[in-house]
Amino acid sequence: MSELRELYQEVILDHNKNPRNFGALDPCDHKADGNNPLCGDILTVYLIVDDGKVADLRFEGKGCAISVASASMMTELVKGKTVDEAEKLFDAFHHLCTDADLPDVPEGLEDDMDTLQVLSGVREFPMRVKCATLAWHTMHAALAGESEVSTE
Amino acid sequence: MSHYDVEAVRADFPILREKMYGKDLVFLDSAASAQKPRQVIEAMVNAYETGYANVHRGAYRLSALATDSFEAARGKVRKFLNAASEKEIIFTRNGTESINLVAATYGRKFLSAGDEVVITHMEHHSNIVPWQLLRDEKDIVLKVAPIDDQGNLLMPEFMDLIGERTKMIAITHVSNALGTVVPVHEICQMARERGIATLLDGCQAVPHLPVDVQDIGCDFYVFSGHKLYGPSGIGVLYGRSDLLNAMPPYMGGGEMIKSVTFDKTTFAELPHKFEAGTPNIVGAIGLGAAIDYVSAIGMDNIAAEEDELLAYGMDRLSQVPGLTLVGTAQRKTAVMSFLMDGVHAHDVGTVLDSEGIAVRAGHHCAQPVMDRYGVPATARASLGVHTNHGDIDRLVDALGKVRELFG
Repeated sequence: MSELRELYQEVILDHNKNPRNFGALDPCDHKADGNNPLCGDILTVYLIVDDGKVADLRFEGKGCAISVASASMMTELVKGKTVDEAEKLFDAFHHLCTDADLPDVPEGLEDDMDTLQVLSGVREFPMRVKCATLAWHTMHAALAGESEVSTE
Repeated sequence: MSHYDVEAVRADFPILREKMYGKDLVFLDSAASAQKPRQVIEAMVNAYETGYANVHRGAYRLSALATDSFEAARGKVRKFLNAASEKEIIFTRNGTESINLVAATYGRKFLSAGDEVVITHMEHHSNIVPWQLLRDEKDIVLKVAPIDDQGNLLMPEFMDLIGERTKMIAITHVSNALGTVVPVHEICQMARERGIATLLDGCQAVPHLPVDVQDIGCDFYVFSGHKLYGPSGIGVLYGRSDLLNAMPPYMGGGEMIKSVTFDKTTFAELPHKFEAGTPNIVGAIGLGAAIDYVSAIGMDNIAAEEDELLAYGMDRLSQVPGLTLVGTAQRKTAVMSFLMDGVHAHDVGTVLDSEGIAVRAGHHCAQPVMDRYGVPATARASLGVHTNHGDIDRLVDALGKVRELFG
């Protein structure tokens, strides 16, 4: 069970059970649907961007524990950040999930990357990397003005 | 009392000696692709080492040997399905290609705008999309027969869809996501009386049930070799010879011609008319060996053994707290799809994997079935000829660990 406990840490199980910022955001000015065709997961990310800052964001959808926890944590961490910081965090998080070596942490985002460390267990489960990054890809698409993203 | 020596069968599958995370592998994903017994692996190695050359071409002895082995495999498929003639057995890449072949040749030639094709709500995507492509090209109408909450095909509603314009009934024999066995004898008999063509997707049926295409009375029957303990990349289309003769070729190229000039080409006789290009020679030989393998055990024995195992598995799973079985049709085979309360199927799959148990978690290429039950995915444990009671017990024990972890 040890790799499994590494993957499903308490923080992840908690976010899965009680996802933060869950539900539609209406009105919003950025919105995208993310779709993982492998497992049929689908989620929607909503954002309000004000003066270059993410004033609010929420998500809703159905997914596995990894994708729900990652989405939930993302909404907590990104709220209040500039769009530029949000994109940098996405980039660093993507590296965290896929690279054996720890990524260079962008300045000012050290604490956030520490928090996201609990999701790094997906590195041992290549099939689950897309689960962990689905919400982030969807946020990225929403900010870029795209309405849909698929992880395939 | 087993219907055959399951332990001896298990010993035939080298992969069952592999460890996953230090634990004995429990392989419960035969419905996605079956593992291979050493008899199949050895037949293929032997073909490459002692009898390989291109088929139907060379003037030399080795080519004649390869051709004999390849055509002998066709003979085994004919016997396995009880087709009337080897000419009615077309080798393809897989079940998907077989269905596409029929939609693209029979469909294009004999169906026109307004004609109707009837499928069921529990088709694999491979028996939905080819007909949608035909619909978009020819303006035919695709009608979908509903299923009930247990996964039974609703026969009165099915019959209501059959009308003057129905030209093709293309349905699964056994549902890959639910395990439902569809009453294909009755449906094909009804279709024949009305002059409606029938195609059965037998991918999930042939590994588990004796199949006799003449007794069923279907016009087309398709399956994949890799789900029948054979290699991937080889599939079968059975078609009634009068229909196959009337159909245009699917692909053009070598092997499928009688003569070629720049003005005109005449096509080869069946079955070669539908086998353009060098075929999957050793794949066919491997499929032949797989058919020998299951035939030696006996399809009746396999069906009886798996029926008992399925009943045992369904019973044990139904007692797991928080577990809901998806697909509890009166007649079903080899497939147990389920949901765990508050735990996504993907997470179930990962926990089971960590216990050395391979199941499928996802939509099983049958998204309309998932929509029917309002779920994004299910976990699916499927049986094979090597599955024993211990495998089911390991599955049930591991599901306890899912509960433990997700509370």
